Amino acid sequence: MDKYYDNLVVSSAPHLVTNLDTRKTMLMVIGALIPSFGVSIWVFGPRVISLTLVCVIASMFFEWAYNKLMHRPQTVGDMSAALTGVLIAFNVPSSFPYWMAVIGCFVAIIIVKQLYGGIGRNVVNPAITARIVLFISFATEMTSWPVARMSGIDAETSATPLGILSEGSIADLPSNKEMFLGFIGGSMGEVSALALLIGGLFLIWKKIISPIIPACFIGTVFVIALAYYGIKGGDVSALNMAIFHVCAGGVMLGAFFMATDYVTSPIMPLGKVIMGVGCGLITMVIRLWGSYPEGVSFSILLMNIMTPLIDQLCIRLTYGGAKKDEK
Amino acid sequence: MSSNAKHLHSIDAGHYKNTAGCATETMPIPDVVKISMSQHIGAPCKPLVAKGDAVKVGQLIGDSDAFVSAPIHSSVSGTVVGIETQRSAMGGNDTLVVIETDKKQEMWEGIKVPEVDDLAGFVKAIKDSGLVGLGGASFPTHIKYNPRNLDEVHTLILNAAECEPFITSDHRTMLEDAQDIIDGMKLIMKYLNLDEAYVGIEANKPDAIAKLDQMFAEQGLTNMHTFTLQDRYPKGAERVLVYEITGKTMNAGVLPADLGIILSNVTTVAFVGQYFRTGVPLIQKRMTVDGSAVAEPKNVVAPIGTMIHDVMEFCGGYKEAPKKIIMGGPMMGRAIFSDAMPIVKNNNAILAFAEAQTNIPEETACINCGRCHQACPFGLLPTALATAYDNRDAEMLSRLKVMQCMECGSCSFVCPARRPLGFINKLGKGVVKEAGIK
Repeated sequence: MDKYYDNLVVSSAPHLVTNLDTRKTMLMVIGALIPSFGVSIWVFGPRVISLTLVCVIASMFFEWAYNKLMHRPQTVGDMSAALTGVLIAFNVPSSFPYWMAVIGCFVAIIIVKQLYGGIGRNVVNPAITARIVLFISFATEMTSWPVARMSGIDAETSATPLGILSEGSIADLPSNKEMFLGFIGGSMGEVSALALLIGGLFLIWKKIISPIIPACFIGTVFVIALAYYGIKGGDVSALNMAIFHVCAGGVMLGAFFMATDYVTSPIMPLGKVIMGVGCGLITMVIRLWGSYPEGVSFSILLMNIMTPLIDQLCIRLTYGGAKKDEK
Repeated sequence: MSSNAKHLHSIDAGHYKNTAGCATETMPIPDVVKISMSQHIGAPCKPLVAKGDAVKVGQLIGDSDAFVSAPIHSSVSGTVVGIETQRSAMGGNDTLVVIETDKKQEMWEGIKVPEVDDLAGFVKAIKDSGLVGLGGASFPTHIKYNPRNLDEVHTLILNAAECEPFITSDHRTMLEDAQDIIDGMKLIMKYLNLDEAYVGIEANKPDAIAKLDQMFAEQGLTNMHTFTLQDRYPKGAERVLVYEITGKTMNAGVLPADLGIILSNVTTVAFVGQYFRTGVPLIQKRMTVDGSAVAEPKNVVAPIGTMIHDVMEFCGGYKEAPKKIIMGGPMMGRAIFSDAMPIVKNNNAILAFAEAQTNIPEETACINCGRCHQACPFGLLPTALATAYDNRDAEMLSRLKVMQCMECGSCSFVCPARRPLGFINKLGKGVVKEAGIK
């Protein structure tokens, strides 16, 4: 043997890595939103497609352009901007003007994400913040809900179920079956609890997200609604109202897809419990006693801000000992 | 036997046990061997031979007076043609005794089956055999078998998990040398006065488990048991193995003996049995040769000091140019910079990978997904440790228990941002040590 091989690659162990990188993770989440996307197209028509495309392209463009201008490593390929675009689209009515949606994408990508240092550094969820900014800036457009195509109502727009509820007319609410399937008015991607549940369970099955936050979020909403209507009494079924609250508004979308955003949610299991319960609590306080009909986005935003504190608290609790039965 | 005890976190790193069915082949004696004087944790040996000396198989050629050290024997018969210094895989310098072989493999006259009747004699014999931990750590075995708290040790645990992907050499040892393992176990249990023995084997080796179970039963060895471990990484890490089998927590810096346990790799124990049968010291090693660049992956017994390129040639040569060669497994093994390096005692695998498998993935920003925490057997928080390391915050590193890290690399494996978290922990330990925090 005369032929040796030197100058081999030397790197630190391990020499194997999982296939699952950031990009694949983001693509899985986008994939998990497809059922909801499908239902939305069915309920609200083709404008769902064009509005989603506008948001995705705008978000990816802002990400690309910012990195280009600031001479930072290009991160548009990790698909996190695309996911933000999809989520922004899912959080607005299907009739929402394109240019306003683009403003939402600017807020999410440039202000919330990139100015704080890009992926992994944002303090709050970009899509949630964009929704709130749009909601406050363009209140009329954000609350003009096109009628579901199969509802049979002869009108351009209608109120959302939570809007109806906040007017106080429980009798006019759609049935829980309609709520669960999604044949109701609302933001594009949040109408069908069933479709979101399928996507969410897919992510849990694939171990992309932990079930803790969604379970605690939805569980808290359910329990508080049950208690509230139970104590209030009257001729409404507390159980029906609890199911209604879980299916209504942004709870499903928020619990599975937005409160679970890695960057802005706690890392430790106990922290995730606090996050989920906190989101559910704030949501229900706003819905039942606040002046807005819906509180999911505010609840997630507030808990995002709490996340570093929750993480601090839990690290201290966990590292009392390296392992459970340390002497 | 397997327990329902709580399991520590682990990962699925894949198995790639391609060579599990490959019976061990003994490679022919190469023309030249280069025997390293530093094949163990502890003080390197001084060569006892000089250029021109004739040596025989099993002859003592390197030794040291240091407490933590193990003697080194010639694996071949032939002539010493030089003493070389070579950069080692660790970055230091190794002294190599270069021997041109005569291929006669004449045995050294000093070889005799050890006669032992007490623990002191047993420990002396183990020391003379040059045995070190063959699972990879290469800690001199005679120290391990001579615990300070002899009265308190009661259990022997054999590490046969072989949780590293690709490696099958321990598996082959169990299938081919099971009687040596049992003989070794009997000797250790006799001289250290141990009550029970467990062989921890991952569930992906049912044939080895069945074979040992059957032999224990046939020979009426009621105090020897196999223990089926989950086939996940890193169940073969010492502290994980102890927890899985006994439920006892073993913190960093604690010795198994402190918990009443003598823990050895299965191949180490097989050597004990073999040594007390033949008297031949540790001069050859079974290892798995695999990887995408190897033409004929197989299990090979090679004399210690055989050059890696000679071993590769025995395995059909490279089918593609190697870009990365690893001594040991892909999770904790060491990448070496050249194949002109000799086999040492603790080599259990040589893996050669072609360019396509050698990409060093580009590191991106942490997305706080927490997978590193979920993967860590000890529940550490590698992402927080990495931040603390970036800040060179020794106190925070210590508070986050960086010293507990065993560098298994599970965190690096699962990180979707491709951050070298395990390596950062290693650096973090240095920061803590430098700061002098206990």
